Amino acid sequence: MLPKLVKRPAPSRFMVYLSPVLALFLSLLAGIVLFVIMDVSPLAALHAFFIEPISSAYGLSELAVKATPLILIGVALSLGFKAGVWNIGAEGQLIVGGLCGGAVALYFYEQEGFHILPLMMLAGIMGGMAWAGIVAFLRVKFNANEILTSLMLSYVAGLWLNLMVHGPLKDPEGFNFPESRIFSDSALLPVLHEDYRLHIGFLLALVIVGLGWILISRTLLGYQIKVSGAAPAAGEHAGFSTARIIWVTLLIGGGVAGLAGMIEVSGPIGQLLPSISPGYGFTAIIVAYVGRLHPIGALFAGLLLALTYLGGETAQILLNLPVAVTGVFQGLLLFFLLACDVLIHYRLQFNQPALAARGA
Amino acid sequence: MLRRKISTLLAVMALAVSNGAAAELKVGFVYVGPIGDHGWSYQHDQGRLAVEKELGVETSYVESVPEGADAERVIRQLASSGHDLIFTTSFGYMNPTNKVAKRFKKVKFEHATGYKRAKNVATYSSRFYEGRAIIGAIAGRMTKTNVVGYIASFPIPEVIRGIDAFTIALRKENPDAIVKVVWVNSWFDPGKESDAAKALIDQGADMITQHTDSPAPLQVAERRGVYAFGQASDMKAFAPKAQLTSIIDDWTPYYLERVKAAMDGNWESKDTWGGLDTGMVKMAPYGDAVPEDVRKLADSIEKSIIDGSFHPFQGPIKNQKGELVVKEGEVLSDEVLLGLDWYVEGVEGSIPK
Repeated sequence: MLPKLVKRPAPSRFMVYLSPVLALFLSLLAGIVLFVIMDVSPLAALHAFFIEPISSAYGLSELAVKATPLILIGVALSLGFKAGVWNIGAEGQLIVGGLCGGAVALYFYEQEGFHILPLMMLAGIMGGMAWAGIVAFLRVKFNANEILTSLMLSYVAGLWLNLMVHGPLKDPEGFNFPESRIFSDSALLPVLHEDYRLHIGFLLALVIVGLGWILISRTLLGYQIKVSGAAPAAGEHAGFSTARIIWVTLLIGGGVAGLAGMIEVSGPIGQLLPSISPGYGFTAIIVAYVGRLHPIGALFAGLLLALTYLGGETAQILLNLPVAVTGVFQGLLLFFLLACDVLIHYRLQFNQPALAARGA
Repeated sequence: MLRRKISTLLAVMALAVSNGAAAELKVGFVYVGPIGDHGWSYQHDQGRLAVEKELGVETSYVESVPEGADAERVIRQLASSGHDLIFTTSFGYMNPTNKVAKRFKKVKFEHATGYKRAKNVATYSSRFYEGRAIIGAIAGRMTKTNVVGYIASFPIPEVIRGIDAFTIALRKENPDAIVKVVWVNSWFDPGKESDAAKALIDQGADMITQHTDSPAPLQVAERRGVYAFGQASDMKAFAPKAQLTSIIDDWTPYYLERVKAAMDGNWESKDTWGGLDTGMVKMAPYGDAVPEDVRKLADSIEKSIIDGSFHPFQGPIKNQKGELVVKEGEVLSDEVLLGLDWYVEGVEGSIPK
């Protein structure tokens, strides 16, 4: 007989926060089984995956570089998800932000000045906001599903970036290859140490984590976001404008994703390319959930997800493991997290006949 | 399957290490796609395996590395973990490769399909367009609808060069034939590639050729009963009836030569642009559907390119407006070919700008 899921009256708060840890533990166990099947020493594999990448200062700095966009977008998406606004298209907002920031950098090509970076940041944020603003407008005005519109707009953004690096923003001396010029020094984010790629974008991400935490836990807007997500009817009864929540959360999400895009192009990349993100906007959805839709959680989840990418590379170099293992690990993590969540909110009931009898 | 693959890999590695002195050199490879793409990255990996087997050096690789911020980290990781020679095998790795090369002066780098070199950065590429001239002629002789579908990745000179070389050869055999191009904006995306193939066949194409790396378009061609040409490797296994031939990239001789040079201490930075003559480009055996006279034609074109009596970009060549741009007896220079950004007559549509 198949067991049935029955909602628990009150899920344990302790377990809600414990579930990411539990999920990580279970993913590691499943990983060990996977490695044994693949004939690889699990100890060596786990070491390559989780220890080796962060066993040097350089490794740690790279972890922070990789995690920066994930943390930024993870924090921003958490706010929206908490309010029940499903912005799936942070990838597109990141791309438009990167494109706008990059366009400013190219406009000031070979010029000096401390105004260039702030202007690029502003352009990045505005670009991401504008892109998310379309989603908010369609949702508020026409009740168009934001999951679909934001996702579709991501593809539009990708094609738009392509168009620009093949056209107006193409490097005039680049043999027609679809890349912009390499930004001049004044348009590149300062690095924290000259031997590493770690740039001030990571510090900005930490600031955003702090701001996100203050917003959600210390302000009226944060309260409204929480209520609107948990009990929309109650929110409306209390006079909270649903339209306003949609606008605010999407604009914050888009603005921060746009900032992340600008940070990527003026930090580790240093020019505009046909593709500036390997799907950070989508991975950040996992970050937001593993981080329990909490800004501090997103910080740790961003670092963890970044580590799985770095670990995947090390495992390939040291052990010749296929890149697919990285994807499997991330998938396992999300799967166990969702499974734990289900069991925290619901319990299994095996004695269905009794239930049926009671119903009769 | 996977398990067997990995254990053989490990065995090969163990063998390589036991070979002693030669194993001092460590060679790294960075791939843009998965090694199982049966196209571009697969062929580079075949070269890597040959290097391991024949020279007994230790190699490692990282697959599916995005051409963005991640590339620099991966390349640097290889450089700092004792690799002496690193091949980065996609255009988008050009700037990351050069950035890392500046920091690791003692490590040698080889970047495929780019144009930036340094004292420790060499570049290499293949004249794939020579193969396009051969399959273009085959398509010209064999198309019945006079419409050929071309699945293209990104509008960079290398891809435009292929489209133009193909079209020139196609229309030399069949002046009524035209080429329809679909851009999929990806090097490897089996879903998009097969959608493009379907759309082209629906528009009347009875020949499909591609400048993307997966065998998906050939599988579509096989199912729909039209002909197609393989890309990068012999893809006959995926389309036994549909594949007429395939343009094979063979990196093995080049990789062996360069790794050997590094072992002997006479490696130096240079640019290599090899074609049919050096064996970097090869044609797969013809499919059963190719008639005898077409085989003869294709063989003779291949021979004339190798002996230099014919050049795929030999005049007269007209642009899309029908204006004569290369006169009879003239040949487009390598310099123009490297930055090619216009279509010849016979290609439909315009280059995405």
